Amino acid sequence: MIQLVPEKCIGCKLCVKACLFGGIAVDGKVPRLTDSCTGCGACVDVCRVEAIIASGEKTGPVCDFAAYKGIWVFAEQHAGKLHSVTLELLGKARELADARSAEVTAVLLGSGIAALDGELFRHGADRVLLTDAPFLANYRTAPYERIVARLICEHKPEVILIGATTTGRDLAPRLANRLRTGLTADCTGLEIGPEGGLLQTRPAFGGNIMATIATPNHRPQMATVRPGVMQARLFENKKGETVRIAVSEEPGDGLVQILKTLAREKSSVSLEKAEVIVSGGRGMGEPKNFKLLENLAGLLSGEVGASRAAVDLGWMPHDHQVGQTGKTVKPRIYIACGISGAVQHLAGMQSSDIIIAINRDPAAPIFQAATFGMVGDALKIIPELISQLNANT
Amino acid sequence: MSTIFQDLVDTLRKSTLHFADTKKLMNTLNIIVTIKQVPDTAEVRIDPKTNSLMREGVPSIINPEDRNALEAALALREAHDGTVTALSMGPPQARDALEEALCMGADLAVLLSDRAFAGADTLITAFTLSRAIMKIAKYDLILCGRQAIDGDTAQVGPQIAGFLDLPQVTYAEGLELKKGGSLIVQRGLEDSNQWVQVKLPALITVTGRINHPRYPNLYNVADSCDDAKIKIWTAKDLQLPQAMLGLGASPTTVKKIFEPDRKMKGEMIPGDERQMAEALITKLKEMHVI
Ligand SMILES: Cc1cc2nc3c(=O)[nH]c(=O)nc-3n(C[C@H](O)[C@H](O)[C@H](O)COP(=O)(O)OP(=O)(O)OC[C@H]3O[C@@H](n4cnc5c(N)ncnc54)[C@H](O)[C@@H]3O)c2cc1C
Ligand SMILES: Cc1cc2nc3c(=O)[nH]c(=O)nc-3n(C[C@H](O)[C@H](O)[C@H](O)COP(=O)(O)OP(=O)(O)OC[C@H]3O[C@@H](n4cnc5c(N)ncnc54)[C@H](O)[C@@H]3O)c2cc1C
Repeated sequence: MIQLVPEKCIGCKLCVKACLFGGIAVDGKVPRLTDSCTGCGACVDVCRVEAIIASGEKTGPVCDFAAYKGIWVFAEQHAGKLHSVTLELLGKARELADARSAEVTAVLLGSGIAALDGELFRHGADRVLLTDAPFLANYRTAPYERIVARLICEHKPEVILIGATTTGRDLAPRLANRLRTGLTADCTGLEIGPEGGLLQTRPAFGGNIMATIATPNHRPQMATVRPGVMQARLFENKKGETVRIAVSEEPGDGLVQILKTLAREKSSVSLEKAEVIVSGGRGMGEPKNFKLLENLAGLLSGEVGASRAAVDLGWMPHDHQVGQTGKTVKPRIYIACGISGAVQHLAGMQSSDIIIAINRDPAAPIFQAATFGMVGDALKIIPELISQLNANT
Repeated sequence: MSTIFQDLVDTLRKSTLHFADTKKLMNTLNIIVTIKQVPDTAEVRIDPKTNSLMREGVPSIINPEDRNALEAALALREAHDGTVTALSMGPPQARDALEEALCMGADLAVLLSDRAFAGADTLITAFTLSRAIMKIAKYDLILCGRQAIDGDTAQVGPQIAGFLDLPQVTYAEGLELKKGGSLIVQRGLEDSNQWVQVKLPALITVTGRINHPRYPNLYNVADSCDDAKIKIWTAKDLQLPQAMLGLGASPTTVKKIFEPDRKMKGEMIPGDERQMAEALITKLKEMHVI
C-alpha cells in the first residue's frame, strides 16, 4: 500500500518521472495517486524526503476496475471500406460483451466515413465513436494514437480489440504504451475467465506452443487478432448510436509524411477471403508446375498459395505465401502440394476446415495436420484430379 | 555530450577503428540496433512433465530480422559515416549474439543483463531498452527487427518509440537518407508499398525483405570481439528499482503454456493416382464442399 505524506513533499516530481504507469501526479507540492497506480513502489524508492512511504506488502493496483466497462473494437478502414478483420472482431466483441453484460463500441477514424456506422451496427456494435476529418484519411501513427488514446482515457473500456494488420500492429503497441497496460498479440482465442478478466490465447515460437495470457492488474485489457481468425456475425436490423467526436490536427502529426502508396502488382490475390486454396511448395519441382495448381484452383474457384520455400525460390510472389511470415488463411479447403508442413507453414493454415495433403514422403509432418492425405507424386495426382473434375462437370 | 557517450567514444578510440576525430563522429549518423538472441524456433519443445519450455540444447541465433536491421545500419554507416551500437537485453549468453554483431561490423555493443530484467513482457522489455537508449544518449536512428521469432509479437519496437516519444515507421523494406536529416522509408503493407518521409531522430522496424545481411567477418573475430567493446549494464547502471523491472512490473502474465491442438491424424487415401483422385472427389462431394 502506498501512502502519501503531503506535508513532506517538496514538489521535485522525481516520483512522476520514476512512475512507469502515470500512477502519481504532483500539483505544486501536493502529490496524489491516480487510477493507474499499480502499487509497485517505484515512487517510494526515488523519494528523498519520505513523502511517499510503503506500508505492508505490495498490494497490487489501486486501479478501480469497476470504472472500466465495455468492449471496444478499433474499426480499421481503408479508402472508406471497412477491413474484414473489423467485422470479425465485432463478432467476438459481441460475445464478450454479452458475457460481461456490457456494450460493444466501435472506434472509427477516417475521412468521409460517417456512412460506415450502419455496417458496424449490423455486425454487432451498439455504439460508434466517429471522428471524421480530412487529416485522418490515411492511417498515420501519431494522430491515430493520440485520438484513440484520448477516447480510451475518457471512456475507460474494459477490453480493446485491434486487428493484427500492418495498421493494427503499428497502432496497438503505441496505445498500450501510452496507457501503460498489457497487450497480447495475435490471439486465436479470447474468452472471459471465471474472475471476469480476459483470457487471451495465442501461438508463439512459430506456432510450436500456445500460451494463455491475462492482464490481471491493469485496465484496459488489449489484444490483437489476425484477419480470418474470428467469425463475423450479422444482426440484420440492429441499430445503434453514433457519437461524433471533434478533433483537430496537431504539429506532431506531421513528423511522418506519406509520400505515396502504390498497390503492388498481382495484388489481386486475396487468400484471406478464398474458400479454396491450392498451395504448392518446393516439392512442385519447378515454377512451371504451378500452372497445374492454377488449373486445379480454377476448377474449384480457388486461389493459389505457396510455402516460403517456393516464394524464396522466386516461383511465386510473396503475396501468395501462407504461414507465419505470410498470410494466415482459413478456407473451407486447403490443398497442400509438395509442402513438408513446417510449423511456420502450419501456423498460417492449420485452422482451415478441410486440409488435403499431397506429398511423396509418408513421414512428412503435413500429414499430421491433414484431414485427407495422399502419398504420391503431386505432379501425377494433380493432373488426375483436374481431368476427373473436368469430366465431372 | 553525456559522460556515458564520452565513455563509448573513448572505447571506440581505443579500439582499432578508423574514427580518429570525435568531432566528425558527432556530425554523423549514430545508430542503435536492438538485437534479440532467440532460440531456433522450430526446435523448441514443451516439457510434458513441467509444462514449461525446454530451451536446453536448442541452438541460439540472432533474431533473423535483427540481422536485417544491423545490415541496414551498417550500410547507412558505410554511406554516411557514423557509429553503430548493438543493444541487447538477455541472459549472460546473449553476449554471443553481440559478439556476432561486432563481427558483422557493429562498433560497440551493450548487453543489459541482470536477474531483475527476467520475465519482462513487451512493455517492460521496451521500457528497459529505452532506459538504456537514454543512457547511451546520443542517437539519430534506432533500428529494430519487426518481430522476434520466439515471442512473435512485433510490439517491442513501437513500444520503445513510445517510451522515447519518437516517430516510428514499421515494416520498412527500404531506407534512404536525405539531406537535412530525414529518411525516406519504403514500407511493405498487405497489398501495397508505401513511401514515407520521417525526420530524425526516429525508430524504424525492418522486415526480412529489406536486404541480405552480410556474414560475420570471421577473420576479424579476435579483434572485433575485443572485450572493451561489449558493455554490460545491470539494473543499477540504469538506476532502475526492481519494482519497475522484469516479471513483477509486467502487465501481462502467461497463465498457461500448452502444445497446439494438432488436427487428428488424417485419413490416408490409398490406391494409385487415379483411385486416389476418385476417392477424394467422392469424399468432398459427400461432404458437400464441392
Ligand atoms: C522465422 C521463420 C518464418 C517462416 N515463415 C514461413 C511461412 O510464413 N511460410 C512457410 O511456408 N514457411 C515459413 N518458414 C519456412 C519453413 O520453416 C519451411 O522451411 C518451409 O515451409 C518449407 O517449404 P516447403 O514445405 O515448400 O519445402 P520443403 O520443406 O523442402 O518440403 C518439400 C516437400 O515436398 C515433398 N515432395 C518433393 N517432391 C514431391 C513430389 N513430386 N510430389 C509430392 N511431394 C513432393 C517432399 O517430400 C517435402 O516434404 C519460416 C521459417 C522461419 C525460420
Ligand atoms: C509464450 C509467450 C507468449 C508471450 N506473449 C506476449 C504477449 O502477447 N504480449 C506481451 O507483451 N509479451 C508477451 N510475451 C513476452 C515477450 O515475449 C517478451 O517480452 C520478449 O522479451 C519480447 O517480445 P517479442 O519476443 O515478442 O519481441 P518482438 O516485439 O517481436 O521484437 C521486435 C524487435 O524488438 C527487439 N527486441 C525484442 N526483445 C529484445 C531484447 N530482449 N533485446 C534486444 N532487442 C529486443 C528486436 O529488435 C526484435 O526484432 C510472451 C512470452 C512468451 C514466452
